[in-house]
Amino acid sequence: MQNYNVYVPRLVPKKDTFVPGHRACIGCGEALAVRLACKALGSNVVIANATGCMEIVSSPLPTTSWKVPWIHTLFENTAAVASGIESGLKMLMKKGRIAREDIKVVAMAGDGGTSDIGLQALSGAMERGHNFLYICFDNEAYMNTGIQRSSATPFGAATTTSPAGKQSIGQMSWKKNMPAIAAAHNIPYVATACPSYPFDMMEKVKKGIDTPGPAYVHILSVCPTGWRCPTDLTVRMGRLAVETGIFPLYEVENGKYKLNFDFPELRPVTDYLKLQGRFRHLSDDLLAKIQKRVTADYAALKEKASDD
Amino acid sequence: MTKPEGEYTWKDLEVGAIVTEPGNAAQYKTGDWRSQKPTYDFAKCIKCGLCQIYCPEGCVVQNDEGCFEADMFYCKGCGICARECPTRVITMVEEEE
Amino acid sequence: MVKKVGIEVSVAIGEAVRLANADVVAAYPITPQTHIVEHLAELVADGDLDAAYIPVESEHSAMSACLGSAAAGARTFTATAGQGLELMHEVLYVASSMRLPVVMAVANRALSSPLSVWGDHSDVMAVRDTGWIQIFTENGQEVVDNVLCAFKIAEDRKVLLPVMIHLDGFHLSHVIEPIVFPEQEAVDKFLPINNFPFALHPAKPVTMGDFAPPIIYPEAKWAQEVNLRASKEVILRTWQEFGQAFGRHYSPVESYKTEGARVLLLTMGSFSETAMTVIDKLQGEGRKVGLVRLRLWRPFPFEELRQAVKGAETLIVVDRALSFGGPGGPVCSEVRSALYGQDKKPKVVSFVAGLGGRDITPAGFETIINRGIAIAQKGSANEFEIFGVRGADAEL
Repeated sequence: MQNYNVYVPRLVPKKDTFVPGHRACIGCGEALAVRLACKALGSNVVIANATGCMEIVSSPLPTTSWKVPWIHTLFENTAAVASGIESGLKMLMKKGRIAREDIKVVAMAGDGGTSDIGLQALSGAMERGHNFLYICFDNEAYMNTGIQRSSATPFGAATTTSPAGKQSIGQMSWKKNMPAIAAAHNIPYVATACPSYPFDMMEKVKKGIDTPGPAYVHILSVCPTGWRCPTDLTVRMGRLAVETGIFPLYEVENGKYKLNFDFPELRPVTDYLKLQGRFRHLSDDLLAKIQKRVTADYAALKEKASDD
Repeated sequence: MTKPEGEYTWKDLEVGAIVTEPGNAAQYKTGDWRSQKPTYDFAKCIKCGLCQIYCPEGCVVQNDEGCFEADMFYCKGCGICARECPTRVITMVEEEE
Repeated sequence: MVKKVGIEVSVAIGEAVRLANADVVAAYPITPQTHIVEHLAELVADGDLDAAYIPVESEHSAMSACLGSAAAGARTFTATAGQGLELMHEVLYVASSMRLPVVMAVANRALSSPLSVWGDHSDVMAVRDTGWIQIFTENGQEVVDNVLCAFKIAEDRKVLLPVMIHLDGFHLSHVIEPIVFPEQEAVDKFLPINNFPFALHPAKPVTMGDFAPPIIYPEAKWAQEVNLRASKEVILRTWQEFGQAFGRHYSPVESYKTEGARVLLLTMGSFSETAMTVIDKLQGEGRKVGLVRLRLWRPFPFEELRQAVKGAETLIVVDRALSFGGPGGPVCSEVRSALYGQDKKPKVVSFVAGLGGRDITPAGFETIINRGIAIAQKGSANEFEIFGVRGADAEL
């Protein structure tokens, strides 16, 4: 059940700070996620963004889709840039050079810029305890450069650098558990979210920026282009990811796990996998293997969430 | 209103190629991209606003009657709104040439 | 009344940053820069420097954090050396092209492999094209003075470019030198707050770091080049103001006893002072040999260099870095290039010496000069001469 107490469509800010005219693909789930996240962030924010889909589609010189202060530098350093912004603003306010106000610092990056090339900078920023929110927009591959695999690509998915072939089943490794890595840094707030559950997502983004210290929100961003599914199924696909237990929605607040949405029975993973071209080569054996793993992981998560 | 990139001289660029006009990408017509477009049977519209929430472009606006419809300047024709509308107000049809 | 103190140069840099009232220091330790960042940490810990100290997890993140801090409008400082400078390589280009006024001290260090923590100019020669303003120093006083000047230059509204201050690793970073520190009041007057005009702030949202397709990228790069060249005017003006305020004067090219000299030696960095003692000796023997030192490395001081070597017949350039498979001495290749179009120019001879911290003694310089003169007269089969390497150097 959605938590309509906090957000209903009419209470959602109408104005967008991530405006149309951006060059995201038709039906882009990541653009949807960014747009909604920006609604929750408001205008009193500074965003550091990694190289990736959202950066490219929103900033072809001399234009910008952003109505908030925004900086893109490189691919792997977003958390470090955000650390610098946070410290810079803090000192400027301390020394009275700018007025003291609650300016939120937010880092945005894709799965590549987070769990691969950007992992070190993120780990450092979390360890140092900077007051910022890091949002990972996870479309499960390096989409902007042409659908190459990342450590967030799920087991069995075909990408251009993990193609299915006579001697390959696609991605050979299981998706890296970034929220767990973030939680292992003992930061006060970690959450998973999906724009298919928009109010839950916006609430979590808001919680993230309101939490003092580092916060990490991992948002599943459906990519019709890379996942090979029809463009109108973006929102439905995100829902299926959650309903099959493949992408559970949960929070970790000060180390305590809380499952936000539980279902009396999870849908079979095939409901989700069979709708995407990137999984179409999978044999029944492999589908069963995936099902087994998802079931086990979900049970483990429930176990963690039910402790005391 | 920014001029086409091809007309910028090096002097036209701001220091560090910084863009100082927030949101000026809004002048780019993404509506040219679509091959299908949404059509509406507003009699069924319950004004829930979900299509506005779910539009990746953020181009759905509320009209004078309080119903929601896409701005054709931006609409890329993804069909998410048609798919998600709880009362099936929206039908996607082929875009004419 | 100003005090002259005996102080380790690395520690003095920390003091200069304190005098400059930096806002943010984001740095990663690497030999031989460690004493700089350690002293800065102490100053912050004791409240003597009111700054945020970000102990980043790598040099790449150090420079990245500096980007964020400078973009937010804070006065930002960092320091690195050798491998660290190389690790932040891609970020350096971003700092300059995004016109962010970061100041960085580099304790020049040799590059692996083999691993060497000792001083040479390999690290700096690898970052020639990064678009930073780069200034070389020869002694502790020069380092302190130029760190102060660096902030003023970087933040100038007509510049808005990052500045590197180069000092030789160990040879300069770890020595105790007599240094005069200006009074805080005088520094505050010389170096007032100069707010970054495009700071990231919700009151005036800007977008930094757009991507540029071929139709507009060259224009962006040309704007950067024009501005780097134009910064020279501000650099000269700043040195002039510094001279007026504190009595020590700096120029892009420094000449030492070059009047009437037919043979000139050209060096950069701290071994210039060793070279000076040799010049004194040779001039005492009646030989017309002088010394030219490059202080301003980027933007390259074309006019001042051409002026400084006018009238010389032989110019011997001693590089402390080696460009493999190429012209050998990077500085020499740039000097040759600067002089190529001149109708009258000296014969230029290239020496590479002192790699990996190997000392060049006064006797060594004297040998270099004599050999250089001989090569200028008789020519050489080599593109450049490698000095002091056992097995390569005929005299060893």
